[in-house]
Amino acid sequence: MITSRWTQSLLFVLLAILVALLFTSAVLLMAGASPVAAYWYILKGAFGSWTKIADVAVAWVPLLLATSGLLMTFAAGLWNIGIEGQIVLGAIFTTWVLRVLQHSTLSPAVILFLAIAAGAIGGALWATLAGVLKVYGGVNEIFGGLGLDFVAVALILWLIFGPWKRPGIGSMSGTEPFPQQLWLPTLGQSRLSLWALLLGLVSIGMVYFLLSGTYFGLKLKAVGKNPRAAYLLGIPTTRYLMSAFLLSGLFAGLAGAVQVTAVYHRLIPAISSGYGWLGLMVSMLINFQPAWAAPVTLFFAALNIGSIQLPIVLKLDSSLSGVLQGALVLSFLLMSGVRQRWAHRHPQEAEHE
Amino acid sequence: MEIQLRHIHKTFGPVHANDDITLTIPSGAIQGLLGENGAGKSTLMKVLSGYFHPDAGEILLDGQPVTIHSPADALRLGIGMLHQDPLDFPPMKVLDNFMVGYPKGLGLPRAEARQALLDLAAQFGFSLDPDAYVGSLTVGERQQLEIVRLLWLGAKALIFDEPTTGISAQQKEKLFAALRRLAAEGKTVIFVTHKLEEVEMLCDRVAVLRAGRLVGEAFPPYDLDQLVRMMFGKAVSKGERVNTALGKPVLEIKNLAVEDVRVRIQGVDLTVREGEVIGLAGMEGSGQRHLLRACAGLVRPVDGEIWIDGHNLTGKSYHEFMRRGVAYVPAARLEEGLVPTLTLLEHMILAGEQKGLIIDRQAALQRTHERIQTFSIRGRPHSPIESLSGGNQQRALLALLRPGLRLLLMEHPTRGLDMESAIWVWDTLKRRCREERTAIFFMSSDLEEILHYSDRILVFFSGQVSEPIPAQETDVEHLGQLIGGRGFQPVQEATP
Repeated sequence: MITSRWTQSLLFVLLAILVALLFTSAVLLMAGASPVAAYWYILKGAFGSWTKIADVAVAWVPLLLATSGLLMTFAAGLWNIGIEGQIVLGAIFTTWVLRVLQHSTLSPAVILFLAIAAGAIGGALWATLAGVLKVYGGVNEIFGGLGLDFVAVALILWLIFGPWKRPGIGSMSGTEPFPQQLWLPTLGQSRLSLWALLLGLVSIGMVYFLLSGTYFGLKLKAVGKNPRAAYLLGIPTTRYLMSAFLLSGLFAGLAGAVQVTAVYHRLIPAISSGYGWLGLMVSMLINFQPAWAAPVTLFFAALNIGSIQLPIVLKLDSSLSGVLQGALVLSFLLMSGVRQRWAHRHPQEAEHE
Repeated sequence: MEIQLRHIHKTFGPVHANDDITLTIPSGAIQGLLGENGAGKSTLMKVLSGYFHPDAGEILLDGQPVTIHSPADALRLGIGMLHQDPLDFPPMKVLDNFMVGYPKGLGLPRAEARQALLDLAAQFGFSLDPDAYVGSLTVGERQQLEIVRLLWLGAKALIFDEPTTGISAQQKEKLFAALRRLAAEGKTVIFVTHKLEEVEMLCDRVAVLRAGRLVGEAFPPYDLDQLVRMMFGKAVSKGERVNTALGKPVLEIKNLAVEDVRVRIQGVDLTVREGEVIGLAGMEGSGQRHLLRACAGLVRPVDGEIWIDGHNLTGKSYHEFMRRGVAYVPAARLEEGLVPTLTLLEHMILAGEQKGLIIDRQAALQRTHERIQTFSIRGRPHSPIESLSGGNQQRALLALLRPGLRLLLMEHPTRGLDMESAIWVWDTLKRRCREERTAIFFMSSDLEEILHYSDRILVFFSGQVSEPIPAQETDVEHLGQLIGGRGFQPVQEATP
């Protein structure tokens, strides 16, 4: 008999993982590949060497930043679909400042700081735009955000193939790389920047603290759950909704800034790498609880990096990681539904807290 | 259909909501089910209608033991329930809502259903427009819709859970007539209430619940004192009328006009003084709520001015009014007053004093425990607010009010509360008037309440407002007539 809530939770988590693995295995079998081999290569591809572990951390940072931002908007009951565009705008603002200052006499550290700050501002501005559309224009943030995503993509393509194109001809490989002194310093031979990693960890820590320990976070949640009651309780709802958008965009913009300064060292069309969408999946998977954001984003980053090798070794597409991630989110949502039904049938155990 | 409940048990966590209840309900009569808030009436009826599963016990219909898995199951067996808050579909049209739950086949017999709806409605003297939207109906009309819907689906037993809350006096008369007719047709009618006068007026027999147990049954002519003792374990009375000495003006309304889609009221002039209680009487939807909301800055007046403590706040936001010591308590608790999923503790933190950035949980917990004690809230600091019973949610709402308020605006301060809780609520409100000099401006559909606790009364009738009437100079009959428009003298005749 299951007595404690904790063991019960653990059981359902394990069950959810099992369901996701079974589903993915079925997909693999249909593709004619051995699931065991695929999982093994993913594991090896993610943790097989120090370089690979560093690569996982490189992918972890933007995902962590995007998730941090999304947790703020979700707390306020908002679906910030515009997160992808906010990452892109962050990258564009960062690139812009780097382009303007790269030949100046300022020290590289100052230029990098200004560039990253500009990225945060760029993301925040783009998110504020979605917020203004929502709060003052009555445009649902999902529609507004989606529209602004497309505008952001158009903007970045125009910049890369237009005003910021490489000498000669613009190409999908992006703008001219910045001189090496304007790269965020990395650890040894790896691509991992400790500064970026620190930024990601501090961000999620801040979000956790804001949402669980401060009046601001509690009020944000109240606005998210019932704006009318929140207003009658004296909370300026409009200001709080706008703050959620602003903070979310800030973190997303930082993700874009990190992609430019620490990973690609230039602006490329796919600069956001879909981390915004992945962050949405993570947020749903962790049921919007900041405490789980760090481990789960790390796991998702590992899946992304681990599956890069699959096309070479198993002739499988690397999008398999996406299948597994999607299956995980769905099976978690499914299991939480199953669990609620189960708790309904066994009320004593469930309400024993 | 005769219904037998045998040894029904139902617990929610530590609360034993139904404790070994055995009751036989005959057909062809109106069975009352009486008890205070949280006595377990609704739970018992939800068990009978398949909404909850009992932990133990059995249900027999005409002597046959049955297991009811869901409300649809219950309806198949002939049991239908009208819930306290209408469980219908506001965005649907009346006819579509009527056909919801129609069990057979894919194709919907719209024409047939329309005829059935009109016939059934006509039988009971209800006027229901099949093409109106449910959301545009009054609570009373939504009930009528639910009654004819359940009957069409073949209900032989109908459960009414507190059906008279929130409906007008006329609708109540129609409802009672409908109930009597149903009983006369041999249907089983169960009437859940906490109002003694309704039991006396309507019920052929009554069972009394207290704290989850069946205390006893009674038959007419009822001994009301005995019923009260059964309900509460002791006799209660509203206590003496208390008049508070009045101070300087708090709220001044000057030639005010407010309007919404249905009514426009205009030319309201009123001064409310410290410690004064003003009651607003009238049919639901006659503009009382609008006037209250205007005085809190929640609705912008079309004309005129609102002054609080000598400051002109016309057109200012609710938060501006709050800063001047105004508070608004809505009737829709879970929609407007409280934040579902947040706990009692979190509500106390939100409504309490906030110093710095970081929440002082220890102090807040302490304060919450104190308030739970003072306001006798049945719940714990970490209970999600929606898990409390309606009465306890109302207590929580009152516990959230800051001390030292200047003006308290309330919609239905005791709606859905039993008599004892209602008396308690008004004790605390009156204490605010006496000790903190707070003025109270409230609306209610309970005339007794308005008469007993107000100093002056405003009567609303079809877009017109009466002069303030001193409560001592009137009585229920007089007020009732005014609300119905007889002998009504408005402040200002509507000019053509």
